[in-house]
Amino acid sequence: MEPSAIPALEAAVDAPRVAEHAARRDLTGRWLLSAPAMIIIFFAAIGPLFVMLAYSFMAKGDYGDVKLGEFSLDGWFSVFLQRDIFDDTVTLADAHLSIFWRSLKLSLVTTLVTLILGFPTAYFIATRPLRSRDVWLFLITIPFWTNLLIRTFAMQQVIRNEGILNSLLIATGIIDQPLQIMFTDTAILLGMVYVYLPLMVLPLYASMEKLDFRLVEAGYDLYAGRLGVLRRIIIPLVRPGIVAGSILVFIPSLGAYVIPRVLGGGKTMMLGNLIELQFGGGRNWPLGAAISITLMILVMVALLFYVRNASRLGAQHG
Amino acid sequence: MAEDKSVAVEARGITKSFGQGVAALRALDNVSVLVRENEFFTLLGPSGCGKTTLLRLIAGFEFPTYGAILLHGQDIARLPPFRRPVNTVFQSYALFPHLTVAQNVAFGLQMLGRPRAETAARVTAMLRLVQMETLANRRTDQISGGQAQRVALARALAPAPKVLLLDEPLSALDYKLRKEMQIELKRMQNETGVTFIFVTHDQEEALTMSDRLAVMSAGRILQVGTPREIYEHPADRFVANFIGETNFLQGEIQASGEGSAEVRLDLGVTLKATLPRGGLPRGRTTVVVRPEHAVLGPAGADTGLSGILENIVYSGVDTQFHVRLASGGLFLVRAQNSHGAPAQLPGEPVVVTIQDGAAQVVGD
Repeated sequence: MEPSAIPALEAAVDAPRVAEHAARRDLTGRWLLSAPAMIIIFFAAIGPLFVMLAYSFMAKGDYGDVKLGEFSLDGWFSVFLQRDIFDDTVTLADAHLSIFWRSLKLSLVTTLVTLILGFPTAYFIATRPLRSRDVWLFLITIPFWTNLLIRTFAMQQVIRNEGILNSLLIATGIIDQPLQIMFTDTAILLGMVYVYLPLMVLPLYASMEKLDFRLVEAGYDLYAGRLGVLRRIIIPLVRPGIVAGSILVFIPSLGAYVIPRVLGGGKTMMLGNLIELQFGGGRNWPLGAAISITLMILVMVALLFYVRNASRLGAQHG
Repeated sequence: MAEDKSVAVEARGITKSFGQGVAALRALDNVSVLVRENEFFTLLGPSGCGKTTLLRLIAGFEFPTYGAILLHGQDIARLPPFRRPVNTVFQSYALFPHLTVAQNVAFGLQMLGRPRAETAARVTAMLRLVQMETLANRRTDQISGGQAQRVALARALAPAPKVLLLDEPLSALDYKLRKEMQIELKRMQNETGVTFIFVTHDQEEALTMSDRLAVMSAGRILQVGTPREIYEHPADRFVANFIGETNFLQGEIQASGEGSAEVRLDLGVTLKATLPRGGLPRGRTTVVVRPEHAVLGPAGADTGLSGILENIVYSGVDTQFHVRLASGGLFLVRAQNSHGAPAQLPGEPVVVTIQDGAAQVVGD
């Protein structure tokens, strides 16, 4: 009896360890599943990033490209500063600064406008019956089905001097001279709001859909009016959606390239266009690389501030 | 006397339909009910009977299709919930997850614009009432279901509502906790003097807690009364069946007098049964007998219903005897347990004797 009982006991003791081993092997397997994506991300995104970082510290080539291995800080110097050709005095690069400022301003305004427009839209969709929600979401995502360039040119058809908007306003007698919208910051803003609005609506909707509307009822029951419920209950609870939507709109806005190119013309550049210029006609790859990395740092700092701020505000409420 | 108390809430001819036209669903059908001041009033009924709809109409989350809701004589049926001095304890508790326990309790007072010091004092007092002072700064996901229940109660009581509405607040708790909370709720109602309107589908809960209750079915109120009235004198077959365990016997009324009648049962026995208030059914009728109002005896007695003892179920405090009557129907007898095993054994012939005045005639 006894000898056979002991191995059985040992097996019982070992059982949790066996399970742990199995779980660990399973986990290793799952890491392997993500390997192809990891490899692509490394070679297509992180790798080139290091190339860019290296290029920004090299001397520029005469016809574009860089002089490999030739160390130079000229690229970084020219991001915000310029040296006078004649007397070598160093001044701030006004052109670059104004482009940075415009990009930042337009991105912030775009984020704000999409938030103000997207919030009620998302709330509307989230409060529809389950079946019609899909239809509304489909309508919101329709613009994604069309190429960005085509959508931007379509926008141009609407706002140009002989476009739909101006023709309509003149025909109805509201104005007699066409409004100059094309090639202004307003045009870029309109284009960016139009293109990025779905990126705000979708995450907002996702968090509103999870909102327990019984909490809204509880708010009304406890004497909160419509504004009180919005401010004290809905906004704090959908904060993750607000943060996600703002990030999704702000980042591509800051690096926007096609929209300012088409709607802003050459006059109103944004950072994306400035970077393109350095790698193209400007033939100053180190400067282009330095501006790119500056842009990346700018985005990261902005994100850091925003996320921390949002979570602190959240902590204040809860 | 309860009758002297003034009316807290009155529903007058409330009809509530959801949807339009032919697809309309009538959740409440011409419901009228009076809830008195300081009363623990329960709306009892199976799910889908309209009890929660009636509660939501009083709270202001829904508006009646027809009818008026009077709070201390003033029609509030069209007011939004935030303009009604009425608070709700939700079935899901609906505690705000982004606020702490204390902030949840303070919410209503803050929305009413009460001074900061007053709010803080009131929150402390409410948390003491529900014995949650020590957990005031916890997040709502860091407390148990029973504790969440207490917080929901404190939050609803904090603004000192005239009427507190409770929508099946105990249904999510386990048996033991539910029993404790039943007593707690009753204590809080006594301490605060607030009128409680309580919704439940649990008849035992309704009987133990209520001053009065209304039994509802299919959008109508079938009977309103004290637990004793409802249990001992059910108005109709549904109420008798829904509240407690019941034996139904068919028979014919032979002679009726003041409040009672001689009923000749189809089983051949004649017994004296109480008549319901108001209506006086003629001819064929149904008589209900509670299991604890019948006594089991050995075969031979000629005054009772004879049958075969089929099964004995022992359940601690009492024992249930399943008797197969001559008609083929099953009759349930319940007897309090004393020392020793029951005298009868399954399979033996027995006689069921119904106590005087225990049978009750009900309408169908």
